[in-house]
Amino acid sequence: MKLVIAIIKPFKLDEVREALTEIGVAGMTVTEVKGFGRQKGQTEIYRGAEYSTNMVPKIKIEIVCASDLAARVVETVQAAANTGAIGDGKIFVLDVGQAVRIRTGETDQTAL
Amino acid sequence: MMKHTLKLAGAAGLAFFAALPAWAQTAVAAAPVATVNKGDTAWMMTSTILVLMMILPGLALFYGGLTRTKNMLSVMTQIGAVAALTMLVWVMWGYTMAFGPDYTSGLSNVVSSFGKLFLSGVTPASQAATFTPGTEIPEYVFISFQMTFAAITIALVLGSLVERIKFSAVMVFALVWLTIVYFPIAHMVWAASGYFFKLGALDFAGGTVVHINAGVSALVAALIIGKRVGYPTERMAPHSLTLVMVGTGLLWVGWFGFNAGSALEANGSAGLAMINTFVATASAGLFWMLAERVAGHKGSALGFCSGIIAGLVAVTPAAGNSGPFGAIVLGAVASIVCFVFVTIVKPKLGYDDSLDAFGIHGIGGMVGAIGTAVVYAPSLGGPGAADYAMGAKLLVQLEAVGATIVWAAIGTTIAMFIAKAVTGGRVSPEVEAEGLDLGEHGERAYNY
Repeated sequence: MKLVIAIIKPFKLDEVREALTEIGVAGMTVTEVKGFGRQKGQTEIYRGAEYSTNMVPKIKIEIVCASDLAARVVETVQAAANTGAIGDGKIFVLDVGQAVRIRTGETDQTAL
Repeated sequence: MMKHTLKLAGAAGLAFFAALPAWAQTAVAAAPVATVNKGDTAWMMTSTILVLMMILPGLALFYGGLTRTKNMLSVMTQIGAVAALTMLVWVMWGYTMAFGPDYTSGLSNVVSSFGKLFLSGVTPASQAATFTPGTEIPEYVFISFQMTFAAITIALVLGSLVERIKFSAVMVFALVWLTIVYFPIAHMVWAASGYFFKLGALDFAGGTVVHINAGVSALVAALIIGKRVGYPTERMAPHSLTLVMVGTGLLWVGWFGFNAGSALEANGSAGLAMINTFVATASAGLFWMLAERVAGHKGSALGFCSGIIAGLVAVTPAAGNSGPFGAIVLGAVASIVCFVFVTIVKPKLGYDDSLDAFGIHGIGGMVGAIGTAVVYAPSLGGPGAADYAMGAKLLVQLEAVGATIVWAAIGTTIAMFIAKAVTGGRVSPEVEAEGLDLGEHGERAYNY
């Protein structure tokens, strides 16, 4: 199993979710996060006092899927979240050791 | 138009003469007994309560929203508490100092006597003059109306001190400041025997008494108390612009009590003050946003709100002393001047006038007071007489502004040093870091 973590632009969330549902992803966890990369942040101005906020709001999506689906998931997210502009985000893929469905006790792929 | 002349002595005199048959006929024939108009009285009671709305909740939300989350409650508490303190002080010795019976000496230029200490002698039958001979309002209504002016003025001063001053220091400062700064200036501008009144200074609703006075006092007090820890490098953005907007709206609505109420009657002069309070403010709100665009920024909500306040401040002395188009120009000019002051001059000078009490009330008040001499001219649509001499009036306005600046600065210095000596003045660095809500009041504004 693989854990795919994608950091994307917030307004791309719906498109990414739809695309992932189409390729058979059954669930995901979404978190509102802040961070920065090459897109350095933004400036706020209150009565002439400038505050540069170095953190930009982003959405973090976490998807656990079967190992053979991981490549398609990455591909799909990459395509759906792409705007071509700076700050589109990043995707990370990690190995997952175990999965358990709390209600039934099912494990690993049947638990996804 | 000036604000007020007390005619109580006259009324009492009439009663005395009426008791003497030999004098009765001539006295009555010379001046009919002044009557209380119920419509005027109803409007003045409404105006009084509108000004209260400017303080709580208006100013409390406006100032509170501009501070950080951890200090919201302390700001609202300080504003509410000084307003309440002012009400008590006003009936005890404030009213008599500002509008009591005159001294016979030269002191009457500066302050009234203590003849109405604790409102002695005032009854429901007592009357106070309006601008129309023969038309008066109950003295209790006039006392209440003026009381709200004193209360909001000291509350405005706090805008430069929030987020670092002890609650106890605020209370001591308010007590001394009202006594040595506000009451004398209110007397000088609005009482018939007052120095500026006799000079012919124009101040319809308190541009000098309230805004220049509060603004200059705020600047001096901020310099004495010192900058907030972390200013200007730390992020100190307003915690809720939503509440700032709510507060701004309440201030604007309440300001009609302030300005249109200062006509002391429900008449055309009040109507003029009303329309000016609409259009000068509208103009200033938009011009601040325009100034932001010209300076290369986005037009912001806070800019709009700041402009609204600048316009309200500037039109205060001019409310009944300007035509509507004069008021539009005055609002625009004040807005741009305040914008430049707050965004360019203040950062350069480096003092911490936290919520721009000086930058908007002080500077806007000065633009308004000086500008009033211009927009008063009948050639510009103002209500001045045909032979109005603008140059002479301009000098009078400048003199009143200058004298108010000096008086407020000296008085505030004394009041701040007394407050510091009695209470220590500033909270500890720990409390400042943790926030004054918990440190001074043991509560949080927000429990999520």
